[in-house]
Amino acid sequence: MDVVFFFEVLISGMLSGVMYSLVALGFVLIYKASGVFNFAQGAMVLLAALTFVRFLEMGLPIWLALSLTLLVMVVLAVLIEKLVLSHLVNQPLIILFMATIGLNFFLEGLAQGVWDSQVHGLDLGIEDVPLAAVEEVTGMFISVFDVVAAVIAGSLVLVLSIVFHKTKVGRALRAVSDDHQAAMSVGIPLDRLWAIVWAIAGVVALVAGALWGQRLGVQFSLSIIALKALPVLILGGFNSILGAIVAGLLIGSGEKLAEVFLGPYVGGGIEAFFPYVLAMLILFIRPEGLFGDKIIERV
Amino acid sequence: MSENKPLVAVNNIEVIYDHVILVLRGVSLEVPEGGIVALLGANGAGKTTTLKAVSKLLQSERGEVTKGQIEFKGQDTKSLVPNQMVSRGLIQVMEGRHCFEHLSIEENLLTGAYTNKGGRQKIRDQLELVYSYFPGLKERRSSLAGYISGGEQQMTAIGRALMATPSLILLDEPSMGLAPQLVEEIFEIVKRLNTEEGVSFLLAEQNVTMALRYADYGYILENGRVVMDGEAATLADNEDVKEFYLGLGGGERRSYRDVKHYRRRKRWLA
Repeated sequence: MDVVFFFEVLISGMLSGVMYSLVALGFVLIYKASGVFNFAQGAMVLLAALTFVRFLEMGLPIWLALSLTLLVMVVLAVLIEKLVLSHLVNQPLIILFMATIGLNFFLEGLAQGVWDSQVHGLDLGIEDVPLAAVEEVTGMFISVFDVVAAVIAGSLVLVLSIVFHKTKVGRALRAVSDDHQAAMSVGIPLDRLWAIVWAIAGVVALVAGALWGQRLGVQFSLSIIALKALPVLILGGFNSILGAIVAGLLIGSGEKLAEVFLGPYVGGGIEAFFPYVLAMLILFIRPEGLFGDKIIERV
Repeated sequence: MSENKPLVAVNNIEVIYDHVILVLRGVSLEVPEGGIVALLGANGAGKTTTLKAVSKLLQSERGEVTKGQIEFKGQDTKSLVPNQMVSRGLIQVMEGRHCFEHLSIEENLLTGAYTNKGGRQKIRDQLELVYSYFPGLKERRSSLAGYISGGEQQMTAIGRALMATPSLILLDEPSMGLAPQLVEEIFEIVKRLNTEEGVSFLLAEQNVTMALRYADYGYILENGRVVMDGEAATLADNEDVKEFYLGLGGGERRSYRDVKHYRRRKRWLA
C-alpha cells in the first residue's frame, strides 16, 4: 500500500470530518443546555448562510455583513426563547423536541421567503488549493481551506469547552440540562440562559453555514447537512463538546478510508452510509456515546 | 409570635391548576422573622402547592394564584419570577432533592450561588460555611451528585439553597425516603441554621412528630384549607392531632362520627 496515499486520505478525511463537527457543535450546545435535540439546527445553518451571502451580494464589506448576520442570529435566538421556549418550560422533553421540528420548517420557509431559493456562490477569500509547503515536503495534497476550517473548529471547541466547564454561566447551563425546575428553584434565570445558548448556537450555525456555503454553494441543501452531523453526535455523545470534534475526526477519516480501501470490494459508494453503520455499532456498545455524560440510573 | 413583622404573609390564596383544578382554597399563613413554621398534612393536602405559590415555581407547572396575595418582606410578590425571589432571599428546596446529577457536589453547591453577587471571595466563604454544617459533603465534594446517597443528596440540596444566602428557606418534605436517624440529623442541622445563622424555615412535612418537635408554630392543611394552626407544643397536645397525625390513639376505638371536629378558624375574616 502507498503510505503517502493512505495518510493523504486519512488527513483529508479528518479535515472534512471537522466540517461535520462544526454542524454537530450547534446540536451539542442546545442539547447541553436544555436536554433537547434541536431539529432546527440545520435550518439555522441555512438561514445564517443565506443571510450572510445576501448581505454580501448587496455589496456590504465582509465584516459588516458578518456582524449584521450575527445580530440577526442573536435577535432570532431571543425571539425563539420568548415566543416558543418560554411557554414550554417544565414540559416533557418530547414536547420541546416537537417544537423544534415546527421551528425547523418555519425557519426554512422564512429563510427562503425573505431571501430566495437560488444557489448563491460564497467566497470567503480562503483558497481551496493544496497547501504548498506540505506538498513539497511529503507529496500530499492537503487543502488550505480544510486546514483553515479545522483551525476555526478547533478554537470554537476550545472556547466553548472553557465556557461550559469553567464559568458560572456554563455551570448553570449544565444544571439546566439536568433539571429545568431545580435550576429555576436555585435562582437560575432560565429565559436568559436559553436565549444566550440559542444565540451561541446561531453563531456556530453561521460559521458552519459560511464554510459549507463556500464548499457547496449556499442553497437549500445546506439544511440537510444536519443529517451528516447525526452520526457524529451519536458517536461523540449528544452532550460532549469534545466528543463532537473527536467523533467528527473519526467519522470523516472513517468514511474516506472505507470508501477508498473497502469500497472497491463492495462496489463503491459506501461513503454515504458508512457513518451511520458506525453510529449504530456505537449505540449497541455505548449508548451515551464515547464522551457523553453517563446515563445515571438509581435503583 | 406576633411581636415581629412577618417575613412571609400569605393571605387567603386560591390556587388553580390548568384553569380548572382547584387545589388551595383560602390558605393563609405567616412565617415570622427567625421562625421555623411547619406546614403539615397528608398527601395531596396542598403543602407543596403552597410552597410553590410562595417561591413562584408554580408558574412553570401551569398553576396560578387566582385570589389572595403573598407578601415577602412586606412587598407584594405577584409580578415576580423565581430568580427574583431567590435574589430577594427566599429559596425553595424541592421535594425529592432534585440535585443536578451530572454535576459534582461542589458544582451543585456553586449553582446555588448564581444570584449571589458578592464576588469570588464571598462565595468561597459561603461554601466553607456550608461545608462546616455538612462536613460529609466536603469529603465527597468531587463526586457526581447522581451517585451519592439520598441523605447526602438532601444535604446537597439544602447546602445549595444556603449558597444563595437566603433569609427564608422553603423546605419541602426533607424526610422523604430517608432513614429515621438521617431525618433527625437533618432536622438538627435545620435547627442549628435557624439559631446560628438566623435563617427562617417554612417546612412542609408528613412526618408530623418530627416536624412539631423542631418547629415553633404549625399549620395543618386538609383538602387545600388550613383546618388548624397553633404553637407547635399546643398542636402536639391536641387530641385530634394526636389521633390522626401522631398515631397516638386514646385507647378504645371510637366511632368515625365522633371525630374530626376541628374548630375551623377563618383567620382572614378576623
